Amino acid sequence: MNMLWMATPMLAEAEKEADFFIHYFAEYHIGGQTLYLTSTHISLILISIVLIVFSIVVNRKIKHAGEVPSGIQNVAELVVEMLDNVVHSSMGENGKRFVNYISTIFIFILISNISGLFGLRAPTADYGVTLPLGLITFGLIHYNGVKKNKVKHFTNLFQPIPLLFPINLIGEIAVPLSLSLRLFGNVLSGTVMMGLLYGLTPFWAQIGIPAAAHVYFDIFSGAIQTYVFCMLTMVYVNDKIAD
Amino acid sequence: MGITNEGLILACSAIGAGLALIAGIGPGIGQGIAAGYAASAVGRNPGAKSDITSTMLLGQAVAETTGLYGFATAIILLFVAPLLGKL
Repeated sequence: MNMLWMATPMLAEAEKEADFFIHYFAEYHIGGQTLYLTSTHISLILISIVLIVFSIVVNRKIKHAGEVPSGIQNVAELVVEMLDNVVHSSMGENGKRFVNYISTIFIFILISNISGLFGLRAPTADYGVTLPLGLITFGLIHYNGVKKNKVKHFTNLFQPIPLLFPINLIGEIAVPLSLSLRLFGNVLSGTVMMGLLYGLTPFWAQIGIPAAAHVYFDIFSGAIQTYVFCMLTMVYVNDKIAD
Repeated sequence: MGITNEGLILACSAIGAGLALIAGIGPGIGQGIAAGYAASAVGRNPGAKSDITSTMLLGQAVAETTGLYGFATAIILLFVAPLLGKL
């Protein structure tokens, strides 16, 4: 499902035209397969570099942290405290086990969603990025369900009556699909709208108006969808391990 | 002035994409209802504003899913054009 694939190199044409496609910058032939280095990969690498550099700097700083926090330590403490609160308020005692994973994907998805602001093509507007995130959640749900409820985790599919088994099964399988499609659709709609705004409007409409659109489509929508993705992951997992 | 088969399929795909976005009506109504009830809840109990807001946003995001299915269908019809392969 390689959506929005455009088989033209980035620098081929600079026509005035809506541009929200995934482009490729290089191609490799490995074992009969053609692999592409797409704009999604570039964005992911840049985001990873930024996050790694940030974490290294914070790690250095926190090792000889003072009594009174200052500078970047403030930011790090704010972020960690906020994420701790969010996870613990919705998962309770179980939050301790999941706070690391949830915080990681929260920061990653948030930076990915608002990367459209910095001129990158948001990586989460590629279904190849959001589907694995949904599948990780799926794996997490069922790993914890089996660990907690053993065989009962599977016999629960036949509750309340065995006739409902197909519907329950579809309900379980729809979870990763709806999670990933929700994130993908929201970020892609923002990307498409910004592409149309930049590509198809006359020059006088590109003064000031894109700023407001960026605030809504990149920052507001991106932050909401990040929150929703993490919240739903926590709700689904907590549903399986609650007593 | 004949219409080629490709042209006909592309035109019908565009019409289908437009029709698929009718799915946006439902989430709009649903999100509006959720926001309205959240507003009245904040009016009754201003102290619980942050809880109400987060619950409302979660519910609205879930309600938005069906609209996004329509959007994904429209995008696939327009830019992937799977029906062209059936020729």
